[in-house]
Amino acid sequence: MNNILKKYQEYGYTQYKMSKFEEYDLYVKNKDFLISDNIITFTDLSGKLMALKPDVTLSIIKNSDDDANSVSKVYYDENVYRVTKGSQGFKEIRQIGLECFGKVDDYCLLEVLALATKTLGAISDDYKLDVSNLTIISDILDECDVSTKVRNEILRLMGQKNIHELEAVLTKENVEPKKAEILLELTKTYGDKETVIPKLEALLPGNEGVAQLRKLLFALDDNNVQIDFSVVNDVHYYNGITFNGFVNGVADSVLSGGQYDNMMTRLKRKSKAVGFALYVSMLEDLLFESSEYDVDVALLYDEDADLSALCDAANALRADGQTVLVETALPKAIRAKRVMKFKGKGIIEDA
Amino acid sequence: MLNVALPKGRLGEKVYAMFEAAGYPCPSIYEENRKLIFENEEAGVRYFWVKPSDVAIYVERGAADIGVAGKDILLEYEPDIYELLDLDIGKCKMAVAAPVGFRDNTQKTLRVATKFSNIAKAYYDSKGRDIDIIHLNGSIEIAPILKLSDVIVDIVETGTTLKENNLEVIEDVVPISARLIANKTSFKFKTEEIENIVRNLK
Repeated sequence: MNNILKKYQEYGYTQYKMSKFEEYDLYVKNKDFLISDNIITFTDLSGKLMALKPDVTLSIIKNSDDDANSVSKVYYDENVYRVTKGSQGFKEIRQIGLECFGKVDDYCLLEVLALATKTLGAISDDYKLDVSNLTIISDILDECDVSTKVRNEILRLMGQKNIHELEAVLTKENVEPKKAEILLELTKTYGDKETVIPKLEALLPGNEGVAQLRKLLFALDDNNVQIDFSVVNDVHYYNGITFNGFVNGVADSVLSGGQYDNMMTRLKRKSKAVGFALYVSMLEDLLFESSEYDVDVALLYDEDADLSALCDAANALRADGQTVLVETALPKAIRAKRVMKFKGKGIIEDA
Repeated sequence: MLNVALPKGRLGEKVYAMFEAAGYPCPSIYEENRKLIFENEEAGVRYFWVKPSDVAIYVERGAADIGVAGKDILLEYEPDIYELLDLDIGKCKMAVAAPVGFRDNTQKTLRVATKFSNIAKAYYDSKGRDIDIIHLNGSIEIAPILKLSDVIVDIVETGTTLKENNLEVIEDVVPISARLIANKTSFKFKTEEIENIVRNLK
């Protein structure tokens, strides 16, 4: 993970270190932006209600300057406390990520996308970053004149690539056929920039959102980056460019991010923002290959063993690059690749 | 190689027949034994039978790349997956049923017995009706007879079981059929293979 953090430093990002606790009030006011409603709370010594951070972004925004003329760039490596789907209780989840606040322009977006690909690339060569531009979708939905409930339903179905039900909903809600066609086409269209962008330009001539995708993705020029409009996660949080990262071997997306100007407006900020988070806990299976053995060598000594000779023998094995456990008897739970006996002044033999 | 989770039982057999007809056969599946995993390297598929309600879990967690699950299961567990195709088989509906001649007294909380708590809650929430959910694991039909509940929310295929227990459908909740689902990561890395299956199944 350290090489990832180093990458952020290379790009001039500074680390943002925070406390595990935050005033509960912050989350009450911004409940909409939290992934889960469940928060661990406690009363501190002065009687104030505190929470174990369920989220990092809100705390960083709260403490950042509201400067719309430049961009402040920070990264973090923090634990958050959430109830994850399907689990019966709270989990401590390690998140690594970065945030940019201020005058977020296309260069800034490009840099964040590039760092997202570098983050994924540091984990595995076999990665994919799905990028969407929510502006394209929400502009069409705004013109469709549907209720918020239907709008959310449409977005949910787009997120599932569920074309059959999307078609049914659009027909049922009497969405103008031309708009419906575009929404269906966007759901069906995904893949690399070379194929998808021309298709989008034909579908939505002169569309600024499509032009922005062209500009960013061709400048980024990474074949592992794809366009996919099923990236609609958390529309009340994100707007504009949004993305999800996948690595082969992990069942769910391990990285997600995007622009969240709406949230900044809600927090009465003038500046814009973009960021992403990597869910480190999800990478466990990938990063820790299960080894068959706990140690390479278990070196068992008897009572009359010469101490300095014993240490020398163990160190010689370690110098060989092996892990060496020195004991009088092998603990039950330990599996050693090789068990050796040390007698007297240095007779080593396999047990 | 694509890992395909199929629901054990009658529906699963129909689904397998569809896959076979679409060009993904695995003849060893017809052998009479207790094996649960069947592989055809040539066609690039590995099938396995799992409990119907578990298909979504296998797919969501990536143990299966794709699978076939009833819409009822997808609505109840809301797995984070792609729903790629309505296979148009295993058709039935989720409905509210009550004893024949039942009158809904809106002055009091409606007691609803069901296996599908999430679906029942979402349905009555959308109507703004206050309900008390009684989660049961089977024989839902007897709940209203024994006055355990006022109504039930359950899958209705032919309606025979309801009729035999003197119950009738009073509201339709949602139509149900079997859906082809895919794990999100698998879809990214095995796009072509999955797209081919979808195309051939259509």
